[in-house]
Amino acid sequence: MTTNEKSWPQSIRDFFCSLKLTMFLLITLAVISIIGTIIPQGSPPPEYLQTISQNKLKLYQTLGFFDMYHSWWFILLLSLLCINLIACSIKRLPHIWQTITQPVLVMSDGLEKTLSSRTMFITNGDSSTLRDRIAAVLKAEFADPVITIDGGAFHLFAQKAPWSRLAVYAVHLSVLVIFIGAIIGSLFGYKGYVNIIEGQTISNVMSRTDKEIDLGFALRCEQFSVAKYPNGAPKEFKSIITVLENGRPVPDYTNVRVIVNDPLTYKGITFYQSSYGNAGDYFFTVSDVSGKEGATFKVDRNSSVTLPDGSSMHIIEETDDVSTFAPALSGPAVQVEIHDQRGGAEKVIVYANHPELNIQHAKEHSGGLVLQYKGSQKRMYTGLQVAKDPGVWVVWLGCLLMVVGIYVAFFMSHRRIWVRVENGTITIGGNASKNQAGFQLFMEQLVTKFKKQLPLEDNK
Amino acid sequence: MTSSLLFNITTLLYLASMLAFFAALVNRTKSFFGSAGSFTAFGGLLLQTIAIGLRWKESYTLGVGHAPLSNLYESVVFFSWTIVLIYGLLDLKYRYRVIGAFVMPFALMGMAWAHLGMKSGIEPLVPALQSNWLLYHVITCFLGYAAFAVACGISIMYLIRENHERAAQSKKESIVSTFPTSRVLDDLNYKAIMIGFPLLTLGIITGAAWANYAWGTYWSWDPKETWSLIVWFIYAAFLHARITKGWVGRRAAWLSIIGFAATIFCYLGVNLLLSGLHSYGG
Ligand code: HEM
Repeated sequence: MTTNEKSWPQSIRDFFCSLKLTMFLLITLAVISIIGTIIPQGSPPPEYLQTISQNKLKLYQTLGFFDMYHSWWFILLLSLLCINLIACSIKRLPHIWQTITQPVLVMSDGLEKTLSSRTMFITNGDSSTLRDRIAAVLKAEFADPVITIDGGAFHLFAQKAPWSRLAVYAVHLSVLVIFIGAIIGSLFGYKGYVNIIEGQTISNVMSRTDKEIDLGFALRCEQFSVAKYPNGAPKEFKSIITVLENGRPVPDYTNVRVIVNDPLTYKGITFYQSSYGNAGDYFFTVSDVSGKEGATFKVDRNSSVTLPDGSSMHIIEETDDVSTFAPALSGPAVQVEIHDQRGGAEKVIVYANHPELNIQHAKEHSGGLVLQYKGSQKRMYTGLQVAKDPGVWVVWLGCLLMVVGIYVAFFMSHRRIWVRVENGTITIGGNASKNQAGFQLFMEQLVTKFKKQLPLEDNK
Repeated sequence: MTSSLLFNITTLLYLASMLAFFAALVNRTKSFFGSAGSFTAFGGLLLQTIAIGLRWKESYTLGVGHAPLSNLYESVVFFSWTIVLIYGLLDLKYRYRVIGAFVMPFALMGMAWAHLGMKSGIEPLVPALQSNWLLYHVITCFLGYAAFAVACGISIMYLIRENHERAAQSKKESIVSTFPTSRVLDDLNYKAIMIGFPLLTLGIITGAAWANYAWGTYWSWDPKETWSLIVWFIYAAFLHARITKGWVGRRAAWLSIIGFAATIFCYLGVNLLLSGLHSYGG
């Protein structure tokens, strides 16, 4: 048996502790995340079928490409990242901890050779005077030194910001904290939406997974309005909302303004302005091709009606002025979809100001029914996104830790200086965990200051 | 004095600065060209700062007051400004002027593209962008992007220099020998990314905070968000590369170049080619 062979647990540990794995994971995550930005995520299958074949659809579906950021293999990669992170930290932290809490006070010859910055000079004078002068300079210019006597020499040790070595671990911990926050959010929170017609009161919302959720209170939409800039671009979408408990308005939550970028939060549930529309009634008459006035009926936006010939009809789109679509025409119009009894479907535009076009359409098509549009009664509804996320504060805490951690890791440095005073020979050594060039400069200035303070025979 | 006139002068100054840096590479006996390059760049930066402030003020005069960060034109102009700013900071701190020859072209391209290829009118803000978070988010992201642009320029320089050092000895007198040594360039690359990475991190976090405030989800895997995360992964890999043997030097330079390519895709490609919530572009 050779000594090179590693035991199983040992090689597993090495695998998870290796920075090669880190590089592999970071780059793999970067590359495969691209898939989800090219294939639209979470659209219903029929939409995909317009661009890809049935077989490809099946394949992509099994691979989870339509919701890849929640697929098992993406989660697996993220979990591997966490394990890698934890394993690396467990392996390195004890050593770092020791560096911080039990500093090496004496510069041995071995240590001296590893230091990036070293100077030696010879001076005269009594060792303890030299020691005190050097200690005073160190204290004034750097940090209060610890003095040890070892092997007939004085050893001075001073350091700054030893804890900055922990910053990298704070950054890594922050990644885990953010994941924990995300998990809390997905376990105990939900995302949903609700449409409320002006004047209507609701107490349930629909979750993204199409489950009804009871809010525990009620919400009334008092009003919805859109403001426009002079050039016609939208300026503000505004809902006026009242929160009700047991049917009574809650004092501070009555007639609250909810606009984009300014949501309403009540009992940990937040409501965001996200869409709007007309839920009003649309009026039509229906007759035969002779064109005489027929019976009036109404359709609301969200349901369909059955016409005299047994086909059904529902509203798709409306406009107050068709001239924006067809410049020769004018007045209101709606687009409706008619399903006949044989299962055929047809989209038809029905005009208010152009009965002749409506008759012409009926003549050209087999149905023979003439629809005339008589206008609508507007009732706006507001569409609100609903979110409850008890994990979000954990996520922000993680972010804060990450930002502070990165700042300290990059811009602060653990600096150590050792001085040995031995029979008139002064040896100075030091190193820094970051920005060596800057530290080198600092050391040169420090040595100059030492020399100024000491009785000295510079034997250069 | 209008902002657009100042922007045009700025563009010319950046062009002059770039040419001066090229001259500094060719003519290495005179330090004059290097200094001229830096001074014109600083002059342009100052002018552009005034121009951006003026445009901000003009938007209030038009009654639609908002920071000039609201459409593709304004963002490209701001990107150029941040690139010169980050270059300026590195120049003041480390004094390796000639990297300007590889950085100023990015700033110039931005200004030229914005002014030759885009509509520059001041438009009112759509409701989705009416938030102070826009300011924090855009500023941090773009400062990060700019640092990566500078790092990319330095990395290209590194690859050229390193090739030269390997072929070495024979032809000593070439333009490339005026470049800082590959060790210095490698270090500068790291320093630029050390500026960019925290800023990108802040940019992603402010974006998440804004999304959470405005829509109730701090992360929805929208293409732009995902691409910013891809960029972040690449630079995190770069930072770890320095600790791993075998991933320094050339490979690190390539990571930095790929990182910037991803950054540009995140900034422009996503808007022009993919669909999503971010409304810049077009
Ligand atoms: C798979 C997960 C990861 C592992 C195993 C890992 C491991 C390490 C190790 C061993 C170090 C060196 C510490 C030292 O110098 O003693 C390090 C440094 C660092 N890591 Fe990670 N890391 C991981 C993910 C991340 C992520 C996602 C970030 C994102 C912010 C990150 C940010 C940093 C930073 C900023 C440094 C300091 C780099 C420098 O000083 O230049 N790490 N990491």
